[in-house]
Amino acid sequence: MFKNLMEWIEYRLPIMRVANMHAVQYPAPRNMNFWYVFGFLATIVLVNQIVTGIWLTMSFEPSAERAFASVEFIMRDVEYGWILRYMHSTGASAFFIVVYLHMFRGMIYGSYQKPRELLWLFGMFIYLALMAEAFMGYVLPWGQMSYWGAQVIVSLFSAIPVIGPDLVVWIQGDYVISGATLNRFFALHVIALPLVIVILVFLHIVALHEVGSNNPDGTDVKRKKGSLSEDEKTKFKIHEYYTSKYDIIDDIVPFFPHIVLKDLVAFSLFLIAFCYVMFFNPGMGGYFLEHPNFEIANGLKTPEHIFPVWYFTPFYAILKAVPHKLGGVICMFAAIVALALLPWIDRGRVKSWRYRCGLHTWNLIIFAGVFIFLGYLGGTPQEAWKIIASQILTIMYFGFFFLLWIYSKNEKTKPVPARITG
Amino acid sequence: MSNVSLDANDSSVAESQPQDNNRRRFLTVATSVVGGVGVVGVAIPFIGSWNPSVKARAAGADVEADISKIEPGQLIRVVWRSKPVWIARRTPELIESLSKIDDLLKDPNSEEDQQPEFARNPYRSLKEEYLVLVGICTHLGCSPQHLKDGAFEEYVEGVPEGFHCPCHGSKFDMAGRVFNNVPAPLNLVVPPYMYVDDNTILIGSEEGAA
Repeated sequence: MFKNLMEWIEYRLPIMRVANMHAVQYPAPRNMNFWYVFGFLATIVLVNQIVTGIWLTMSFEPSAERAFASVEFIMRDVEYGWILRYMHSTGASAFFIVVYLHMFRGMIYGSYQKPRELLWLFGMFIYLALMAEAFMGYVLPWGQMSYWGAQVIVSLFSAIPVIGPDLVVWIQGDYVISGATLNRFFALHVIALPLVIVILVFLHIVALHEVGSNNPDGTDVKRKKGSLSEDEKTKFKIHEYYTSKYDIIDDIVPFFPHIVLKDLVAFSLFLIAFCYVMFFNPGMGGYFLEHPNFEIANGLKTPEHIFPVWYFTPFYAILKAVPHKLGGVICMFAAIVALALLPWIDRGRVKSWRYRCGLHTWNLIIFAGVFIFLGYLGGTPQEAWKIIASQILTIMYFGFFFLLWIYSKNEKTKPVPARITG
Repeated sequence: MSNVSLDANDSSVAESQPQDNNRRRFLTVATSVVGGVGVVGVAIPFIGSWNPSVKARAAGADVEADISKIEPGQLIRVVWRSKPVWIARRTPELIESLSKIDDLLKDPNSEEDQQPEFARNPYRSLKEEYLVLVGICTHLGCSPQHLKDGAFEEYVEGVPEGFHCPCHGSKFDMAGRVFNNVPAPLNLVVPPYMYVDDNTILIGSEEGAA
């Protein structure tokens, strides 16, 4: 009876075929380590943001007069409103933590290299859309930092020659940041950008499954058709979509349940950290929710210090380091474009840092340090030494890409193992 | 399966029928052009609706300010287009000191287009006694603080009064001119304004303009 029903459906909608192709019979390298859990976690956080976001819109009022009060209403008077909002606000920061780790994983294991260039590009588009989404979401509570943060970010566009000032008025829908701006940011935050992000995530996963997952060794598990003996081939049942084109070596496990269970362990650890922040420290000392944002927006009173939320501060430090307005804006965007161009900047053939030169390892570690230090500089009050420091670090940030481009041409690499190790 | 063709027309059915490729090309181009015009047309309301509404434009109308009660050395704030506009009454000593700090300034002679033509003078104002400025930093849009009676010396030695931006440390003198070595690239903006009479300033329009 049940089997008949399933067959009736399958004949009309390929549920089992898709589930088999992308989970039950999807070949995943068996050495994927903890670095490989952050894509899964990002997906979970995305679902969290969408669900809690839908519930928040039920009580939020997107107008300059009512927005701030309606957030207080959610926090105090809506049943469980506080937990929904803290799930959403903690989720925003958690999203960037897992995405930054996910991106760094891609960098150390060379997951952006051929043939995963498009996969990496879709990832960068997701990251861009996510930044726009987070920025607009931060404006909605209409606190002081919402308002003045929006002021700073929107006025970046005024640096564009000729059309800049008119473009700013057009974005704002007013001569200043106002209720009109709040309303359109609400529309973009709850409808337009989530749609874009979901579509991009779908394409990101489709592109991933087409080329297959990379792994910490960078050794390809898909081999030329007919090149492997039966002994060398995997004993797991792999979907014929993959086996018809390649021989799959005996270094893989099916994504479900093996990888999913590993991801669930990471998920439980993630939940412990997430719940700690959500229940005991939702403001995270002013980093996740900034203190001036507990005061309603006031266009005539600038907060003493204006910082974006922590996940934008590295780029904000680059913006401030350049003593020229348009130059600063260009450098800030170039910092993101440089990341997107990694597949073409890196001319090496060896993917993983395990088998690349020692310089590469140091270059990556220093880059991570530079990024964190820039974040510190962009998120703390201005001091004279910090300008110099952020200028040096900005040069070091771009230096990573320049060095990589130089040494990857004729790099002294170690031999990559033919089979996956450890 | 492996030979997926992008051209849906190259089936064997088409071969049996006479084809006029020029006619086909003309129809393709013509349809595309007409469709393109339609896309542009339909984009107009979507892009246009982001412009300031009638309500926003009305709120951006001119405002009048009474300056008869400002004491020398005092600064008042009025709101124009939701932006703070400062009106400061400068003392004669202050007016005299303005010309002495030219070396410290990026644009002492107001060469950049940050003021109406009438304010392109050492005082950046219509009457030298009254300074009218949009109180928004030209760096990233914060509102600088007015520091006087020596409080500004902390930031610029020998200059007792001026404006200091708390966001990124930009500094301006009492004509709204920006100091060297700060992030703000330009002098503060002088809005269009005019004197309706000796005691009243109209912010938003200038004499002679419509």
